Amino acid sequence: MHIHALDAYHHRTSLVHSLDGRVKLALALLFIISAAVIPDGAWPAYVLLAALALGVTVASQLGVGFVQRRAAVVLSFALAAVTVVFSTPGRSLLAMRVLGQQLAVTDAGLVRFVSILLKSWLSVQMAVVLTASTHFPTLLRAMRSLRVPRILVAIAGFAYRYIFVIGDEALRLTRARAARSGFLSLSKEGASDRRGGGSVFWRAWVTGGMVGSLFLRSIERSERIYDAMLARGYDGEVRSLRPPILQARDVLIALPFVLVLVAIQFVARLSW
Amino acid sequence: MLLNTVNPAPNPMHIPDGFLGLAVSLVCWILAALGVGMALWRSREAMGERQVPLMGVLAAFIFAAQMLNFTVAGGTSGHLIGGALAAILLGPWAGILTMTTVVAIQALLFQDGGLLVMGANILNMGIIATLVGYGLYRAALAVARGRRWGLFVGGFAAAWASVVIASVACAVQLAFSGTSPLGLALPAMVGVHVLIGTGEGLITVGALAFVAGVRRDLLEPAEAATGSLRWASVGLVVALAVVLLAPLASPHPDGLERVAEDAGFIEVAKDAPYEIIPDYVLPGIPNEALATIAAGIVGTLIVAGVAFAVARLRRQTAS
Repeated sequence: MHIHALDAYHHRTSLVHSLDGRVKLALALLFIISAAVIPDGAWPAYVLLAALALGVTVASQLGVGFVQRRAAVVLSFALAAVTVVFSTPGRSLLAMRVLGQQLAVTDAGLVRFVSILLKSWLSVQMAVVLTASTHFPTLLRAMRSLRVPRILVAIAGFAYRYIFVIGDEALRLTRARAARSGFLSLSKEGASDRRGGGSVFWRAWVTGGMVGSLFLRSIERSERIYDAMLARGYDGEVRSLRPPILQARDVLIALPFVLVLVAIQFVARLSW
Repeated sequence: MLLNTVNPAPNPMHIPDGFLGLAVSLVCWILAALGVGMALWRSREAMGERQVPLMGVLAAFIFAAQMLNFTVAGGTSGHLIGGALAAILLGPWAGILTMTTVVAIQALLFQDGGLLVMGANILNMGIIATLVGYGLYRAALAVARGRRWGLFVGGFAAAWASVVIASVACAVQLAFSGTSPLGLALPAMVGVHVLIGTGEGLITVGALAFVAGVRRDLLEPAEAATGSLRWASVGLVVALAVVLLAPLASPHPDGLERVAEDAGFIEVAKDAPYEIIPDYVLPGIPNEALATIAAGIVGTLIVAGVAFAVARLRRQTAS
């Protein structure tokens, strides 16, 4: 497996990429928080926030299509919020009977649902831009400066480094299983994706065995890693170069972004 | 597409940003920080230089184990979430730290779960699932008294319960945020996760059976250690805290408003001088926030009390 299959980072030489990681993380969080506190139905504020997100996307040179494709993951979760359309009290727009229950789509419910989707969609865009424009180690260092405990950051650093290795191991296990279980084309339509071999329970059990074997391989690998680290003089401290000092231009970029967010909050309150 | 085969199917339990209110997100962050801080503190003696690479690799293991899936029916497939397995194989504290790392990396690398709501996701999948699963596992081991079925029954029950209780917690958080009324969210979430939990249980037992057969020594420390009763009660109290919070979030017309009314907050909120529009409550400010925080404080006190009690009991047994 290529490291690029999992890594979220996409190299460009944009303003967003060159911004200090700590500033970027703080701004992304600020954006997501301001999306969370915009009142439902304050449409002008949502439009402005979307424009800001679009502006950042364009400035990052990642491509609008790329960011939107990645942001689409939230849509599957919309199902969890769809009930709010019926449950919020308000003027009934559309009534129906489902399973003997009287359900009515209300205007307030619709406003709430669309607002939730907008908040989520805008937030995830900013998260996509953040992770696609920042190296993971830089992100870890930013987390460290936001006072995330040192050990957690160190664990996350190791996890990130070995996801690719252990993930490869998992793919090898999957390939080995596929090689040993024939394809059955029993159905007449030629739907051939039926693997041979036992019931659902049996398949789950086999997967469990694979998980167990992956666990043992991981434990053994971590021992090897530790030995190798000792051989290189590891004493419990992971040393890295000093983080870059905050530049004036980082602040100059951050300031207008924050001001726009504050202005959007004013618009959100006024437009109501 | 390669990314699809590598990234596990999006799980309905990873809440994205936007679906939880600010107050709920912050309360969940506080609770998650308490739990993770407790785990860090409890495991700091064990967290020598050796542990950091081990935990990192094992977080990568849980992540990769989620890629191993099996076909269920009609194009759907089941895969592991891993909270209970992590707790059983690594112990509860290391399990919490591992699952926290997994949740954080999923959010950062795949946008599978949001950033502001990461506290809620860590709380559900990293802390609640881990503690409840581990408590049940230890209870089963104690009842089985070293007989082999304890491992299997305990493992299955732990994995199943960890998934179901995490989904209940998720539904409660959604209800508190006014995103989805509890009357609909709870049956839907729990219904789906009762099935997902069965797959989780089978995979977990399969993994435990394999490890028990090949490297029994890796499972023994947990089995030999005393304090099963304590862990069982920790799991029970966490599960109870989640379930007892549910009625508070039960809405109609709006659960938060009802809680606020009961608690006498609503008058305060109505009279707030900075309320520009009458009868409209700005999300994240007056009664909603107060009510949620009030509920959050109760939960915090319960968790903190339990944590404190565990810490004291531990110290007494140590001295």
